[in-house]
Amino acid sequence: MEKRYMAIWFRHLLTDWLALRRPELKEQPFVIAAPERNRMTITATSPLAEAEGIHTGMAVADAKACSAGLQVIDEVAGKAAKLLRQLGLYCIRYSPIVAVDLPDGLLLDISGCAHLWGGEREYLKEIVNKLRASGYDARAAIADTAGAAWAVSRFGKTTPIIPPGKHADALLALPPAALQLDSANLQKLQKLGFHQCRMLMEMPRPVLRRRFGEAFMLKMEQALGIQLEVIMPLLVPVPYQERLPCLEPVKTAKAIEIAIENLLQILCGRLKADGKGVRKAVLKCYRIDGKMVKAAISTNRASYSVSHLQKLFGLQIDKIEPALGIELFIMEVPRAEEVDQVQESLWAANPGLQDTSLAELLDRLAGKVGPAAIKRYLPVEHHWPERSIKLAESLTDKPATAWRTDRPRPLRLLPRPEPVEVMAVLPDYPPKVFTYKGKRHVVDKADGPERIEREWWRDEGEHRDYYAVEDTLGQRYWLFRLGHYDAAPRWFIHGYFA
Amino acid sequence: MQATKTDIISKLRKDILQWEGYKPPAPGTQGLMGLGEVEAAFPNGVFPVGTVHEMVCGNTGQAAACGGFVTGLLSVLMQHGGACLWAGLSGNLFPPALKAFGVEPEKVIFVHLAQDKDVLWVMEEALKCEGLSAVVGEVREIDFKQSRRLQLAVEQSRVTGFVLRNQSRKLSSTACAARWQIKPLPSEPHDGLPGLGYPRWQVDLLKVRNGQPGSWVMEWADGRFVAAEKPVLEQQVLMMG
Repeated sequence: MEKRYMAIWFRHLLTDWLALRRPELKEQPFVIAAPERNRMTITATSPLAEAEGIHTGMAVADAKACSAGLQVIDEVAGKAAKLLRQLGLYCIRYSPIVAVDLPDGLLLDISGCAHLWGGEREYLKEIVNKLRASGYDARAAIADTAGAAWAVSRFGKTTPIIPPGKHADALLALPPAALQLDSANLQKLQKLGFHQCRMLMEMPRPVLRRRFGEAFMLKMEQALGIQLEVIMPLLVPVPYQERLPCLEPVKTAKAIEIAIENLLQILCGRLKADGKGVRKAVLKCYRIDGKMVKAAISTNRASYSVSHLQKLFGLQIDKIEPALGIELFIMEVPRAEEVDQVQESLWAANPGLQDTSLAELLDRLAGKVGPAAIKRYLPVEHHWPERSIKLAESLTDKPATAWRTDRPRPLRLLPRPEPVEVMAVLPDYPPKVFTYKGKRHVVDKADGPERIEREWWRDEGEHRDYYAVEDTLGQRYWLFRLGHYDAAPRWFIHGYFA
Repeated sequence: MQATKTDIISKLRKDILQWEGYKPPAPGTQGLMGLGEVEAAFPNGVFPVGTVHEMVCGNTGQAAACGGFVTGLLSVLMQHGGACLWAGLSGNLFPPALKAFGVEPEKVIFVHLAQDKDVLWVMEEALKCEGLSAVVGEVREIDFKQSRRLQLAVEQSRVTGFVLRNQSRKLSSTACAARWQIKPLPSEPHDGLPGLGYPRWQVDLLKVRNGQPGSWVMEWADGRFVAAEKPVLEQQVLMMG
């Protein structure tokens, strides 16, 4: 389908908004000003002030000289973006793809929308009338490209609707400023005598590129439809979404459960038909007091199994507060992935990490105790014991290196080494006796030392000399001495062997 | 006459076992765990898989020994590529050491929790999952009711569970199939070399359902359990009660 875009221009966005908030301002000229280079500069003007010859970019002092009763109001930073966002959200009723076009406009991708209002003329009239009725002085234009619609909405003199395929012709008579160029290039064009886009389009491309740069060419080609212009929608539409309005507001756990089941059945049917599965799902409950509560689940493997997903949501039901009642349920799947059915049947009989029931179990556990509590470790090529393992990111991660078994490692490693008091017979000998937590252990046998150097590119400090020792009772420990043997060597216990 | 009496008694014993749900083992299943004489203490002489075992650990040293022993058992249970879930309060298990006991550390999923209640919930859920080969839970206290819930969970799925009781204050009775206590023993240096030998434990079977409690000395040598000495008989008598 061919693309159609609509550009909306709010000529007096900020002043219109102020006039709505303070009706007394409607009767007198006023401007909005912000400090710039140590003087107050006008950033927005009201229609009355404009009629007196005041324009943006003027110093406030000059403007006051033109108009005696001029009221000056300080600018609030970021107000325009906030206003445009609100207006954009309002315009979502006309098209699902609405983008904010700073500083004073909106862009709508209206492909396939206009016929619902009986054609583009009625569609445009409806939007502009609605916006004007709510107090905003809006101008709009429709064209094949976003750039052309922008140009016509700001500079067009004849018709706001450019028929399909005619956008290049519409641009011909417009000034170069209609191409959304930066001020440096505009001044250059003016100096060179380019008053219309027609003159620019007749020039050979390489000449323009050399003189005005790549960004200039991009803007021009986007307006002409040679290059695609991508607009960032305010709300990204979720492909898998289902709604369940309730006749009566519900507030019991059972009712929520039924709602979840109904929504999941529709969603999973759609997902299954597409060969996809849920990785993340969100249930939004709209309450009659105007608030919205959410419950979210995530899975380790894409799944379209109603019973499994229902179990996951079942663990969340007690966290949903219905208050006075829920009148609308919306279930969204922000993350869906392909389900490989061949793999599923292959692995069904093979217990292991790829097992479906294990993935479902972990989803349930994560729903109750939180995903951070569930860990799986992989080896890393580091000798330093604390760094020799890392967390696996998913169930399918495989170790990149082999687990090392050539050196003894304790089964229980203390979270951080704890100091012990030690008596050694000779320097560089394993300890003969050590005291840990007030208990004296006489060492009977010892292995070592195994020297592990600190990774100097990561942290500073001394190396460790590890000894595996066994006391007279048969308990085996992992001790180390920090640094070289000197007057007061420091010893630590770091783990217990089996 | 004497011979017939013992025959009758052994036949009756077998019958009672069968009535209690212990099927005679399929040929070739005996001695699969590699525990040697210890397995003879269990009914029909087979280490019971698909049940919950209880391990009593008095202190951190015993907990380490116990962890080693359980990991040795896991290596047999997981030998066909199965996965294991290890839930606990301490979270001080060092995965690289599992490899020395024949378990692939990346096949073990750790769940670190703060409360006994949560560990038992996770254990129960995991024991119902047929995709796992074994489940290990480290708790402080477990009462009879909780242990029975675990036992009921495994009866469907035939997953083997191990409850490690770390520093519990009192040993309440449980519904577990066996109660073990593993204590570290001084190792024997092999080939007369100085230094530490293979890890050696005193394996006490304090309680066994329909079996003979006993005490043995075992070593973990070259990737399998090896009986190191004759069982300590006087201890066995003491633990019978």
